[in-house]
Amino acid sequence: MISEAYIREELKQVKDPEIPTISIVDLGIVTGIDINDKNVHVTLTPTFAGCPALRLMEDMVVNHLNANSKLGEITVETSFETTWTTDLITPEGHIAIKKHGLAPPKRSCSTISMEILESTKCPYCDSGDTSMKSPFGPTLCRSLHYCNNCKQAFEGFKPI
Amino acid sequence: MNSIDALKELLYKTADDQLIIGHRNSEWTGLGPILEEDIAFSSMAQDKVGQSEHLYNLLHQLGEADADTVAFTRNASQFHSSKFVELPIGDYSFSLIRHFLFDFAEYLRFESLRGSAYEPLAQVANKFFGEIKYHTMHANTWLDQLGNGNEESHSKMQDSLNYAWNYALGIFEPGPAEKILIDENIFIGEENLRKRWLDVIAPLIQNSGLSLPSNDEWKPIYGGRNGRHTEHLQPLLEEMTEVYSIDPSADW
Repeated sequence: MISEAYIREELKQVKDPEIPTISIVDLGIVTGIDINDKNVHVTLTPTFAGCPALRLMEDMVVNHLNANSKLGEITVETSFETTWTTDLITPEGHIAIKKHGLAPPKRSCSTISMEILESTKCPYCDSGDTSMKSPFGPTLCRSLHYCNNCKQAFEGFKPI
Repeated sequence: MNSIDALKELLYKTADDQLIIGHRNSEWTGLGPILEEDIAFSSMAQDKVGQSEHLYNLLHQLGEADADTVAFTRNASQFHSSKFVELPIGDYSFSLIRHFLFDFAEYLRFESLRGSAYEPLAQVANKFFGEIKYHTMHANTWLDQLGNGNEESHSKMQDSLNYAWNYALGIFEPGPAEKILIDENIFIGEENLRKRWLDVIAPLIQNSGLSLPSNDEWKPIYGGRNGRHTEHLQPLLEEMTEVYSIDPSADW
């Protein structure tokens, strides 16, 4: 009998292609796992509507589960039924984001403001004495910052 | 016109606005006045083009052609975007003013659509709303900085605002069957949206030291929603579809 928890553990092996330290489970984008005998249907929710990694992640899920001989047919869909926010990232996910050199997003930022972004904690020295250089970074989910304490430029995972 | 046709009209104009402004934003890639602005406009372009794809997917679920076909094979007269979004990027002050006026309209459109009775649209609107907050925040920061900047920045922003204003009012061109959408709680209607928009942007413009054109000069430039466009749209579409047109059957 295949359990949802088993599939969830399996999907922890599938990493975000742009932040390879975090799994798609800890990123919070796996919003549904339906199991019918050996067949598995996985529902993902997009982090950003324009994220180019969306289809790639669908393929990665299918390929990873297809390689597991205990499982039957694997299907995956992307749905907006659950709206992804950075609050869906798990505590383990925050550690993984920091490990990649990114500042994890602050919690509960449904009303985003420049002030919230200004005091993003530096992922290298943990100082709060930082300034936000741009709310837009190299990927849709990142912002650009500078740490006044360790004099290091860094990127943050944008709260959304 | 039945409610499905009215819904399609709403989805087409919303998606087309997103795709065309997204393409225009992307024209700043590599040319932004500073690196951070180059990245900002490129990121916003990616957001908007991505959002348009999801709206075209909703149309596909309602029986229209798939997203790529709809985005890349129509000519200008088949686009329902407002004339405002197709205008060339111009001086940076114009791009910033359009960014401000258009993105606040879009922000309020998606804010209201979060409550749409058409659930698939409400779901994507909820997602887009979270993303567009970053766009309006960016736009308002620059409006404030340059409007309250020096004499040169102020006058450039004011000139661009004066030029953009009637085009911006054209965003709210009433749809042919809005009453159906309003009655069925699918959409609040363009007139309502325009009121909300004015309530939000007027104080921000005032805080930026800029002035709205006087009321007697307000003449909305309509036509885009019915496929009547400026001479700027067709060349944009030709550029946007240049690679696709080489081999429409290519698998990417």
